Amino acid sequence: MSGIIGRKLGMTSIFDSNGKYVACTVIEAGPCVVTQVKTKEKDGYDALQLAFDDKKEKNTPAAMMGHFKKANTTPKRKLVEFKFDEQKNLGDIIKVDIFQEGEYVDVSGISKGKGFQGVVKRHGFSGVGHGNKSHGQHDRERAPGSLGGSSDPSRVLKGMRMGGRMGGEKKKIQNLEVLKILPEKNVILVKGSVPGAKGSYVIIEK
Amino acid sequence: MSNLLDQVKSMLTPKVNHPEFKAGDTITVHYKIKEGDKERIQQFSGVVIQRKNERATATFTVRKISNGVGVERIFPLASPFIDKIEVTKKGDVRRAKLYYLRNLTGKSARIKEKIANKTEE
Repeated sequence: MSGIIGRKLGMTSIFDSNGKYVACTVIEAGPCVVTQVKTKEKDGYDALQLAFDDKKEKNTPAAMMGHFKKANTTPKRKLVEFKFDEQKNLGDIIKVDIFQEGEYVDVSGISKGKGFQGVVKRHGFSGVGHGNKSHGQHDRERAPGSLGGSSDPSRVLKGMRMGGRMGGEKKKIQNLEVLKILPEKNVILVKGSVPGAKGSYVIIEK
Repeated sequence: MSNLLDQVKSMLTPKVNHPEFKAGDTITVHYKIKEGDKERIQQFSGVVIQRKNERATATFTVRKISNGVGVERIFPLASPFIDKIEVTKKGDVRRAKLYYLRNLTGKSARIKEKIANKTEE
């Protein structure tokens, strides 16, 4: 297992080796610095903490400055823990070359916030009274329909899917093919779409 | 950030050298089709009804009437399957997107030909 932190740049389409025109997401991934090595003896589990994206020293709390100083690096904006198979040391730099073209990776990020949405968009309900508008239904195309029984149980069951805030939560898309890696630009192209807005952080794992 | 995206896009787009053409022009696209192992070249000729100039992912649409049925094909400009493009006629049109041609047939669907020295006068 290994992974890297990246930033979603946007989408484009390229011709793959079979000549197929495929949509892909361009991610600026790394270079990441190992800022902490967690070990079984000390922390109870093995993990690496990686840091990505420079920020100014004046915007960094003194405690965090000390943390970055240990790894002998500039302050970073995003810190994420990963499980790695291979051994790494404090201050090591991890680049996109940990991945190979043709490999499958999982990409997670914070999905775009959609605000307050109804049940049709949020849960995929089909609404009430489409098309023929039979059974006396009208103006109810996006309504949820019945919420439950009547005097028994005399309440709406917990967890009933209704309208509410949608998006803005952590989502992971699994098994995306790595189409291209540009090591000199620290860029990786994965097939298909990835959660989040342009410029948001994403985590790529394999 | 978006600058890097543009760089990546243009890096990954093969450079193509096609003649200049615009909406309204009549062109013939020679494109390769794979049939099993064999590769063969087919032609598609018609009127260009639009060009989408989105840099690396630019496309153009060619419309023709085949057996009385309108057929449109969208080609990515950078497609490696395009062998060559021939411009057979320059059209004189007032719009960049000729969607109105979809509603016309026969005589009214013709496009005036551009006379080359007209603009030089």
